[in-house]
Amino acid sequence: MGRPGLTAERLLALFAAGWLLLNYPLLALFGRLGPVAGIPALYLYLFVAWALLIAGIALVLGLGRDAYDEQA
Amino acid sequence: MNGRLDGWQIALASACYLGLLFAIAFHADRRAAAGNSLIGHPAVYALSLAVYASSWTFYGSVGRAAADGIGFLPVYLGPTLMAALWWIVLRKMIVVSKANRITSIADFIASRYGKSALLGGLATLVAVVGIVPYIALQLKAVSASLALLQSFPGPLPAAGPVWTDAGLHVALLLAAFTILFGARHLDAAERHEGMVAAVAFESVVKLCAFLAVGLYVSYGMYDGLGALFAQAGELPALQALTLPGAGASQGGWAWLTLLSMLSILLLPRQFQIAVVENVSVRHVRSASVLLPLYLLAINLFVLPIAFAGLMRFPEAHANADLFVLTLPLAENQPALALLVFIGGLSAATGMVIVETTALATMVCNDLVMPLLLRLGFFRLAAHADLSALLLGIRRVAIVVLMALGYAYSRAAGEAYALMAIGLISFAAVAQFAPAVLGGLYWRRGNRNGALLGLAAGFLAWLYTLLLPSFARSGWLPASFLDPGPYGQAWLRPYALFGLEGMDPVSHAMFWSMLVNCLAYVGVSLLTRQDAIGQVQARRFVDPAQGSPSAWHGAAPAEAMLALVGRILGPAAAQNLRRQHPQASPGMLMHEAEMALAGAMGAASARVMARSVLQQESLAADDMLALLDESAQAIAHSRELEQKSVELERASAELRAANQRLTELDRMKDDFLSTVTHELRTPLTSIRAFSEILRDHPDLPAGKRAAYLDIIIRESERLTRLINDVLDLAKLDAGRAEWHAEPLDLAQVVRDALEAGGQLLRDKGIALETDLPPAPPVRADRDRLMQVLLNLLSNAAKFCSPQAGRIAVTLRREGDALRVAVSDNGPGVRPEDREIIFDKFRQGGGDTLTGKPQGTGLGLPISRRIVSHFGGRLWLEDAPGGGAQFVFTLPLDTAPQATPASPMENPP
Repeated sequence: MGRPGLTAERLLALFAAGWLLLNYPLLALFGRLGPVAGIPALYLYLFVAWALLIAGIALVLGLGRDAYDEQA
Repeated sequence: MNGRLDGWQIALASACYLGLLFAIAFHADRRAAAGNSLIGHPAVYALSLAVYASSWTFYGSVGRAAADGIGFLPVYLGPTLMAALWWIVLRKMIVVSKANRITSIADFIASRYGKSALLGGLATLVAVVGIVPYIALQLKAVSASLALLQSFPGPLPAAGPVWTDAGLHVALLLAAFTILFGARHLDAAERHEGMVAAVAFESVVKLCAFLAVGLYVSYGMYDGLGALFAQAGELPALQALTLPGAGASQGGWAWLTLLSMLSILLLPRQFQIAVVENVSVRHVRSASVLLPLYLLAINLFVLPIAFAGLMRFPEAHANADLFVLTLPLAENQPALALLVFIGGLSAATGMVIVETTALATMVCNDLVMPLLLRLGFFRLAAHADLSALLLGIRRVAIVVLMALGYAYSRAAGEAYALMAIGLISFAAVAQFAPAVLGGLYWRRGNRNGALLGLAAGFLAWLYTLLLPSFARSGWLPASFLDPGPYGQAWLRPYALFGLEGMDPVSHAMFWSMLVNCLAYVGVSLLTRQDAIGQVQARRFVDPAQGSPSAWHGAAPAEAMLALVGRILGPAAAQNLRRQHPQASPGMLMHEAEMALAGAMGAASARVMARSVLQQESLAADDMLALLDESAQAIAHSRELEQKSVELERASAELRAANQRLTELDRMKDDFLSTVTHELRTPLTSIRAFSEILRDHPDLPAGKRAAYLDIIIRESERLTRLINDVLDLAKLDAGRAEWHAEPLDLAQVVRDALEAGGQLLRDKGIALETDLPPAPPVRADRDRLMQVLLNLLSNAAKFCSPQAGRIAVTLRREGDALRVAVSDNGPGVRPEDREIIFDKFRQGGGDTLTGKPQGTGLGLPISRRIVSHFGGRLWLEDAPGGGAQFVFTLPLDTAPQATPASPMENPP
């Protein structure tokens, strides 16, 4: 992943974004929407944002590229 | 299988499952011993981290969702957010912990703050008090699910006497299991591969069980999630649960997220799995993704199950915590119910085993051992097998912890839902956050700050969260909550100082974190830390640069190694010695201490090392040793500096000496060439005239006589020359013989004039003398005569040929006598006046050629003689033109010197 400093900063940014996305007042916004495809919007949003956050972590840590050298 | 589960079926399934777990653990331990680790894969690491999802998650989430809607989610969002930072924070924790052989979270804190046994003990106390309710919760979940499974559809049986209580049996079984997994043998690195493998397997089981029941509820009981939610949406009470603010307030959401963020890092079991049991720090990377994914998956069906349960059991008294189990039972799916029960059992046993093992390690390493060592109950020499003692302490600690958990679960009764108890524990563990995170990134954070911060935070937590829970359980009067202790409204634990409008957990977090952080930062800034605290701070904050804190001075490394041998086995001691063949005793001592720290904690290892060293005031001694070392270094550098100056001076002297040598060498060469030249001149004439005499036997007698005269004269000159050269060589070498005695200088001059008078008379030179009586000088008479004769012959040689006149005067000048010999010759040019004192130089020309009278050595010899007796010889202008040679000789200062007064002459 090359530069550890850059990775750390990206992770910090991801953390900040995650904190804002998965917290009020954004949640209140989604709470007001009606169900999407029969599923409550807030419930759907939380899981989608959550999944996106995880995908972001995977992307920043470069798991897709060199997951093989993980094995000890 | 019919609709009901028999007791024996449950027992058999449970026994099979636990047996399988043990087989896995046993197998993993065998593989580890064979060096072929089963847990080397990052996925195993991530799965074992899922021990975070305890029965609290398995049963409690649904219960909370049934009451608060999505309010249960922050507990799992927090770990995901923290996972984003794992690569930064957890990695550093692992690196630091491995370098310092950290065995638990309490050990981590103690080690960071100067291996403080007090701090380690406090942290252990906080952990035990905070976690016991959490363990109680697991026991309660297992016994409740067991009871439900056996009694359904009837009501849950009332709690019977203790010995018939299934909870007690569960607790005892789990204690035995924990001992088997976590305290079977003593490992130097405090690692339990078997336990990790079993926990990872359990994580798979509980996830599968929960997903199975979720899928069944969503797609078996209803036509998918959409249909389920649609049906729930028709009930206003349920629809409210999908809205924000249903349960947790906005602030509560954020506090809960923060709380769970800290918990995933600081819970003793998480620390045990994530840090202590970590195989490779690289595993953190994939775990940062896999664990959040796991948590997401296990939470996917929580809300649907809760809604389904609420719709299926609308009656108010339904126990929502057990919906996961009740729903399959109510739908007559005993196999699924059994799977769910096994899943719940997995969640509970995994948590209990790891948590209790971690706590037992803490209690042993950071509470009991330091106390034993410090209070002196325990003599190192008296216990041959320390490892048995350590293991014994741990096993007892496990049993005691389990008993405490059981007692709490029985006493707390049904007062609280699972979720509430879990959050109380989370809040307790969060008190470690300032000390741990501050300790990792803030070097100035010190022991006093950590101690006070932890204590203050713990007390605040105790007052605002634990005591109120006691009040709710009925152990304290309800008036404690409202109107407050002693009727003081501002002391209400849930609204301290009138701070209202927050849920209890947020309220407790606010106050405890406030006092904790304030005390930690404030006290750290106001107090100093000791030497070892500074060393440890550097090692934790800057793990790449921190130097190992070697023991200073003469460390009894052998005694320490013997201790290692007794605790960890002789092989471990041998290993240490082999791995560090070049280490100084101090370094060896350090390595041995680290090895011990791996088995019994940093604080205990320190105490042991100190007792071996019999070094009471370690900090002061350390400081002195450090000071001593730096003083030595400074002295050494000063010495070096001085040496280099000396060296420079010596080399300058050498250079000068070398220059002088070269000069002397050149002078010697000059001298030799001149001398040989001088010798050759008379030899040439001697030879020439001898050849003439030989070749011309008929030479007239007159001529023959004249030639022979020349030969004789030249031979004499040769002899004189050789004498002079020898003389000069003797003077130069300091080998001349001197017979110094008191002399009347006037008399010596008169003798010299008499001896040389013939020469002057022959040349018709007029002589003037002025020789008043003078005090004696101390000199060699013959040498002085030599000087005077030389000066006289010089004067005779150069004075005017027609009316030659020579004057010799004697004067007293201060403490010296002054003799001047002047002529009326042409004089010597000022620039030549020093040259004539060089060897083979004569006035008025270059090197002498055919001058018959002098050898060119007279003046150099004279100057050497005069200077030998402390005088000077030089040339100046005579009063009436011509040259005047002057020399001085100091008066004889010997006691017999005569009074000077009569010799005072007017000028």
